[in-house]
Amino acid sequence: MTQKIYIFKRFERFWHWSQAALIIFLMITALDLHGTMTIFGFADAVIYHRAAAWTLVGLWVFAIFWHLTTGEWRQYVPTTTNVIAMVRYYLSGIFKNAPHPHRQTQLQKHNPLQRLAYLFILAFVGPLLWTTGWLLLFYASLGDWGLGWLSLEWIAIGHTIGAFFMLIFLIAHLYLITAGATVSSHLKAMITGWEEVH
Amino acid sequence: MHSTISLIATALFAGWLFLAGNSPAEAALPKTTTADHGKFKELQGGFGTGPEVTKACLGCHTEAAKQVHSTKHWTWEFINTENNQKLGKKNVLNNFCISIPQNTPFCTTCHVGYGWKDSNFDFSSQENVDCLVCHDTTGTYKKVPGTGGMAFGKDMELPPGSGRIVKGVDLGMVARKVGKSSRDTCGSCHFYGGGGDGVKHGDLDSSMAVPDTDLDVHMDALGLDFTCGTCHATSSHDVPGSRYTPTAKDKGGAHMRGKQVEGGNPATCVACHDTTPHKTGDHAERLNHHSAKVACQTCHIPEFARGGVPTKMVWDWSTAGEVDANGKQIVRKDNKGKITYESRKGDFIIATNVKPEYRWFNGEITYTLLDDKIDPTHQPIGINRINGSASDGKSLIWPMKIMRGKQPYDAANMNLVTPHTAGNDDYGYWKNLNWGKAIESGMKESGKPFSGKYDFVSTEMYWPITHMVAPKDKALACTECHAKEGRLAGIDGIYLIGQDNNRWVDTIGWTLALLTLLGVIGHGLIRIVASKKS
Repeated sequence: MTQKIYIFKRFERFWHWSQAALIIFLMITALDLHGTMTIFGFADAVIYHRAAAWTLVGLWVFAIFWHLTTGEWRQYVPTTTNVIAMVRYYLSGIFKNAPHPHRQTQLQKHNPLQRLAYLFILAFVGPLLWTTGWLLLFYASLGDWGLGWLSLEWIAIGHTIGAFFMLIFLIAHLYLITAGATVSSHLKAMITGWEEVH
Repeated sequence: MHSTISLIATALFAGWLFLAGNSPAEAALPKTTTADHGKFKELQGGFGTGPEVTKACLGCHTEAAKQVHSTKHWTWEFINTENNQKLGKKNVLNNFCISIPQNTPFCTTCHVGYGWKDSNFDFSSQENVDCLVCHDTTGTYKKVPGTGGMAFGKDMELPPGSGRIVKGVDLGMVARKVGKSSRDTCGSCHFYGGGGDGVKHGDLDSSMAVPDTDLDVHMDALGLDFTCGTCHATSSHDVPGSRYTPTAKDKGGAHMRGKQVEGGNPATCVACHDTTPHKTGDHAERLNHHSAKVACQTCHIPEFARGGVPTKMVWDWSTAGEVDANGKQIVRKDNKGKITYESRKGDFIIATNVKPEYRWFNGEITYTLLDDKIDPTHQPIGINRINGSASDGKSLIWPMKIMRGKQPYDAANMNLVTPHTAGNDDYGYWKNLNWGKAIESGMKESGKPFSGKYDFVSTEMYWPITHMVAPKDKALACTECHAKEGRLAGIDGIYLIGQDNNRWVDTIGWTLALLTLLGVIGHGLIRIVASKKS
């Protein structure tokens, strides 16, 4: 029998979707900046990329505050329990209509693999992108800060590596939306807050 | 002998003669002046020659000639205190007409004096200073090639007995109308360097006499109307702004105009605009940051030779000497009527609207002089070599015209040579097409040995581009450089966003992204197939 639980609160959904839009927009403008293809043109792309980056910084200020005050940061504490079961599920169980090994609750919104993936994004990819991004924004002042020894090349390469991680995450993330109880249940949850669980 | 030289002079430079003065103008007296030279009794009546005019000028301007004597406009000598090289027009070589010695009476048509035909010229003579070439406002003043830059008040048969009449200049009228230097007066020589309009510099040619906004935003005749002297703000006749020791990176900031700044160069962009000139627009701050690495000229002079006058880009002397079936010299032209080959000069490539090449440049220039050994196994030989790097803290990325060519050298002594080109004698190459004689004669005049063996060597010469500043909306767009194969491709020591990437990061990144995509598509397909089966 199907039941519905309230997983994603209003702010969380707002954070998710606005962050998603900003990150995708940053990726598109990045194609101009990286010289991969011309979409907006370099000059405009610089402005859009910078504006989106600052908006994202602002959003993160609120998100970090929210996570700390609500204790939701605990959702990303890694666990080894059921990791193997999750891997097995994605490799075979999912094809056989086997039951999902993780049961979502308000205290455990994310399955163990999700926790690891999100922790990797939050603890490594995000910081890599925003530290290198800030260094790029303030490149002209690095000398004054005693960071003149940092080469633009390494900063830019670090930023590019972060961008590729984010792209790979995005591809997998978009697909795994369909891997809920039903094909659309995760998507509905992220829109309405209510997840169908079996 | 000089009379025979003059015969060639009139033939060779006939066109040039008219360039300095084809627009006589009744210039009104500027309101700023407190002296109407037209009322000076010393200047009433006519003058026979240039030095007579100078004598009259010196009656009041007692120190002027002495001031001029100390400048390189007069001495054609310059000691570069950075490396103690003895430079100046008299000493350097180039890869256009190559050198001055033995061709002096023609070259000195652009000397700021009268009568420098050979080494006997009296450099201490005040009367020999040419005041009018810089202070003429009428556009009628002319110096006669082949005479060491003499000016004549009456029609002259030059050379005597030749039947060729050189029109005299109304020197009295010119003297009564003197004024400040102008684009025309400076341009009468500097536009024609290399022997013709626009040949040498690329960013200075006759189109700059009356430029429009697009050609030069400062000199725009209907706009700001700068003269050369507005930037090359001169006192004591010593014009600032050196090509031998240029200011590549002006860290001094904007100067108070009119205030003497010790060691400062008033002609740099920064001297007026400071190092943070971009004040408005979304990119202002970012563009100001560029001034740490990029010269203003790099973005603001998108192309040179933009006024319709072509500049010489390549001059290959090694192909000179071809004659037709009758033994006569030949001239070949392109489909636009521009000369591309002359027996006496070799092959040329000329061009308009030229995109500069870019180099790190810190202002240090070293010339290859006659005494310097060259190594023909490492061509091209730098006629001048510029210094600079991303890391020396003194360099900026500068736009350059790089003049390329082939010219003769002494194949035994391994040095460049100073061939005698112009002149109606048995040695001048332009008449005789004999390199051996021409080089021997020229080197003798230079006081240097010549082994008798010569060959040709590829050379290049750097000309930093700094004039023809376009209006801001015509400055380079970001993507001229921030793109694959942009204008700064090949400039080392920088990582240029949009141009550069790390091949490994990109290859691995895109591969992993593609594999992830294929993985999820495959996974999804298996799920669809599996669900249909069940």
